[in-house]
Amino acid sequence: MTQHDTSTATKEREVSGTSATEHPAVQASSPGQSHVAHVESTAPGSLRVDDLEAYYGSFRAVSPVSMAIEGRKVTAIIGPSGCGKSTFIRCLNRMHETARGAHIRGHIYLDGEDINGPKVDPVVIRRKIGMVFQKPNPFPTMSIYDNVAAGLKINGIKSKERSMDEIVEQALRQAALWDEVKDKLKQAGTALSGGQQQRLCIARALAVEPEVLLMDEPCSALDPIATLAIEDLIRQLAPQVTIVIVTHNMQQASRVSDRTAFFMMNAQRSGELVEYDTTAKVFTNPADKRTDDYVTGRFG
Amino acid sequence: MTVESGQPGLWRRFTAGARNQVSGSAGDVIFRLVALAFTLIILALAGSLVFTVWDGARPSIGEFGFFGFMSTEEWNPVFGEFGARHIILGTLVSSLIAVILAVPVALGIALFITELAPPSLRGPVAFIIDILAAIPSIVYGLWGMMVLVPFIAGNLNDPLIDYLGWTPFFGRPAFGLSLLAAGIILAIMIVPIISAVAREIIYSVPAAQKEGMLALGATRWEVMWKVVLPYARVGIVGAIILGLARAIGETMAVTMVIGNAGYFVANLLAPSATMASLIANEFREAGTSLHVSALIHVGLVLMIVSLIVNIAARLLVWSVATGPSGDRR
Repeated sequence: MTQHDTSTATKEREVSGTSATEHPAVQASSPGQSHVAHVESTAPGSLRVDDLEAYYGSFRAVSPVSMAIEGRKVTAIIGPSGCGKSTFIRCLNRMHETARGAHIRGHIYLDGEDINGPKVDPVVIRRKIGMVFQKPNPFPTMSIYDNVAAGLKINGIKSKERSMDEIVEQALRQAALWDEVKDKLKQAGTALSGGQQQRLCIARALAVEPEVLLMDEPCSALDPIATLAIEDLIRQLAPQVTIVIVTHNMQQASRVSDRTAFFMMNAQRSGELVEYDTTAKVFTNPADKRTDDYVTGRFG
Repeated sequence: MTVESGQPGLWRRFTAGARNQVSGSAGDVIFRLVALAFTLIILALAGSLVFTVWDGARPSIGEFGFFGFMSTEEWNPVFGEFGARHIILGTLVSSLIAVILAVPVALGIALFITELAPPSLRGPVAFIIDILAAIPSIVYGLWGMMVLVPFIAGNLNDPLIDYLGWTPFFGRPAFGLSLLAAGIILAIMIVPIISAVAREIIYSVPAAQKEGMLALGATRWEVMWKVVLPYARVGIVGAIILGLARAIGETMAVTMVIGNAGYFVANLLAPSATMASLIANEFREAGTSLHVSALIHVGLVLMIVSLIVNIAARLLVWSVATGPSGDRR
């Protein structure tokens, strides 16, 4: 499947026939998307998205999106249900292509490297760009320790100086879970509460030291207290790892993010980027009327 | 069976649903009664089957003891001496060979169909594998006699003895008709059932589990080994035991290729016999009532073994189908 999809995606890129050098500046691809502020980020872990389209078979789930995601900052993706937020974020670590018939057009660059390049292994990209899912999904057959170490065991430890134990502890500390689980590392990860499970999944993703952490509505299955804990965590993590979070909770986006992208479904039922700017601007003085309507609760 | 006389409460509850309805209640009551009658007939038949086997085995149990029968090897109808040790061993070893050979193949097929095959191949491959289960066992037996046994005699015996002759498992006498032939035939016969059940179990592994591992930078292979198989392990063990149960009870194909020897030796290339093949071979010619009873006694043992294995397998598969197996450690 992966091989097949990869080759399809490669073909698509050849058809579109553009490369990074031909488009030095990020261009808005249609007049309707003129409210995309340009960001040039030099911090590590920055992403640039060029005319990205996502397809399921012949259905275009995401219309051309171009945006630059700042390194070591928090970027929120908001929008009503079905606007392609999740599909978009799943393109960023090449999870999209694991679905049947799914493929993309356009380019995504991580620190200047095309993650869909013909010689790039999606497995390597996913090591650099981790992901946390809507529902906590710890591996039920593994202990808490083994859950965190799962990525390390398959990838190998990057730094020679630190042992597996140290990395696991650090990841659990980063995920603000260490104090709660340090005495029961051998217990099953599924024995934890929902919020703890989600922080365990964050620790699991952090343990492989990714450049970017994608979070697909990480709090949608959690209660308000657990949600606040995850939000605190996101703020703490931002200086160390780039975070892209999809949420349909606008308060959450305003609380945790530096920049916010607003997606909406267009007339062809395809998601498009309406506005992308600093979070303060999007929520207080949006340039687009649709964004204004959405953030003030007039629809969605 | 005792619904009317013994448990009036149950009976009332059984018909209550229909009685409470205002119209069409007569039809509902009749339908319920008919359905109940058919169910009871099956239960009665099963009960009578167990009773018949037990009743028929009684003289043999009285003569040799239930467990004594299982632990002695002498099987001599002329002198009225019967012991089932060699056929129990023959059954277990041939089934074990079958499972050892079939499991890797069946799991490979299941993983190929669920995780690797392009969508257009999945249906056809699964269909062909499933169809293998529908071939009558006597046809497998014919193929075994005409193709497999000569192949073993001509191409496998000598190299196996040359290279593995130092173990007790490969030596002479080696004719082709053998434990190994029975094991291979059984393996082919149980691959479809193991792969079909394993396939369903693997399909039930949540996508979130696989994506969780993929997102850590795992390859498809690592996802299968570290997530899919561990998550599905209990159900897969159930699938394997279902295959084992089929192998233990299989009669016709085994009878045709195992050689039906009156002894058991550890040599896999030597002829042997299984419980089922012995009954199939001797029942018609059984001269004395004790001989008949001893054969029925073998049937009783076989039935008990098969029941235990089947129940264990169903419980394992059922525990996976009804809940996330992995939550229990």
